[in-house]
Amino acid sequence: MSAVVVRAEGLRRHFRGDGEPVRAVDGVDLVVEQGEAVSIMGPSGCGKSTLLHLLGGLERPDAGTLIVGDQRVDRLSEASWARLRRRTIGFVFQAFHLVDQLTAIENVELPALLVGTSRRAARRRATELLERLGVADRAGHLPDRLSGGQLQRVALGRALINEPLLVLADEPTGNLDSQATGEILQLFAELRDTHQTLVLVTHDPRVAATAERLLSMRDGTIVEDTRLDGGLPRQTLLAQLAGWEA
Amino acid sequence: MREAILALLAKEPAHGYELRLRLAAALGPVGEVLNSGQVYVTLARLERAGLVRGVQIAQSAAPDKKVYEVTAAGRDEVAAWLLDSSWPRVAPVEFHLKLVAAAGTGLADPVALIDAQRRELMRRLREVQRLAESQIVGDDGDGVLLLEGSALRLQADIRWLEACETRWTGRTR
Repeated sequence: MSAVVVRAEGLRRHFRGDGEPVRAVDGVDLVVEQGEAVSIMGPSGCGKSTLLHLLGGLERPDAGTLIVGDQRVDRLSEASWARLRRRTIGFVFQAFHLVDQLTAIENVELPALLVGTSRRAARRRATELLERLGVADRAGHLPDRLSGGQLQRVALGRALINEPLLVLADEPTGNLDSQATGEILQLFAELRDTHQTLVLVTHDPRVAATAERLLSMRDGTIVEDTRLDGGLPRQTLLAQLAGWEA
Repeated sequence: MREAILALLAKEPAHGYELRLRLAAALGPVGEVLNSGQVYVTLARLERAGLVRGVQIAQSAAPDKKVYEVTAAGRDEVAAWLLDSSWPRVAPVEFHLKLVAAAGTGLADPVALIDAQRRELMRRLREVQRLAESQIVGDDGDGVLLLEGSALRLQADIRWLEACETRWTGRTR
């Protein structure tokens, strides 16, 4: 039996606006096991990004319980969440959020230095990651010298440097052209194949389909929880693609 | 398939087995489900139509084999096929009519049909992408491009289903 990485029960987050409160997340139950890749899709405003932010402690729930790893986190202070986040969660954002004044490799090694890794070990690991992500030749460049696809690879390196229990990605290809999207897709597929636990929020069916489990959200709740693996036998699928009789 | 075989023969004469291997190579994984019967049936039809000519070649150590070459009429047909810009089935007519029929008859809920179809297409998309991933390492490319095309079409179909859902939600019940 696999270990559970995320366990949410009755998770709720409402926002007060001018009129009616917005029920961004309205009673979500969710279990993500170690090594699972899970996508969350749904129309704009369905609460998928808010849910991801709750899982990563970027927002606090109004109600419900949340366990990440073996720790109950829904009542944690900001300082405790920050410590937990650095060690156990890797974030990938649509807008990259790299530090403009730091080079690619400095951005990647920063989270390692923040948790007390030695400079030498951090540099070694950052170098390996940039290599694996195909941007080793950009290590010394500042973010403003990098393309969107390169920025997102560096951001992925930063997310992975502390070997997080959980990677959370919020529209990771939202700012990328189709070529760069294809490259990032391939990297997420590799990440999935290493059994990195992964939760990604996306509008793009191709990105969502890298995961083996798909959650559909509407109006703050999960309305569907679908397995994407174990579908058609290979031969049947290929025959259908070609429009031939198997 | 018919025109593709004809085009391969316009390049050089070949026997049925060679044709099947060449088609399979161009198709990549999709070529795995190409069965040899289809190739031979197609060749027989092309021969009857006067587009190819089969010549029996005697072999000492093996049964005779039949080598096919393209005729002048066959060559014209290949040229016409290459320049023809028709494009099959752009509009998802059948599924659209299915939604209209579901709502009209009350026999099924259109939104439930859309959800089920989306699940099915997402599963296919995942499988197609996995096939493409497994091909990218060390592949010379043609088959991957075909899978890429399949993935992009599935992506477009799934997006269309999202538009269908928005339109049909609230129109029924």
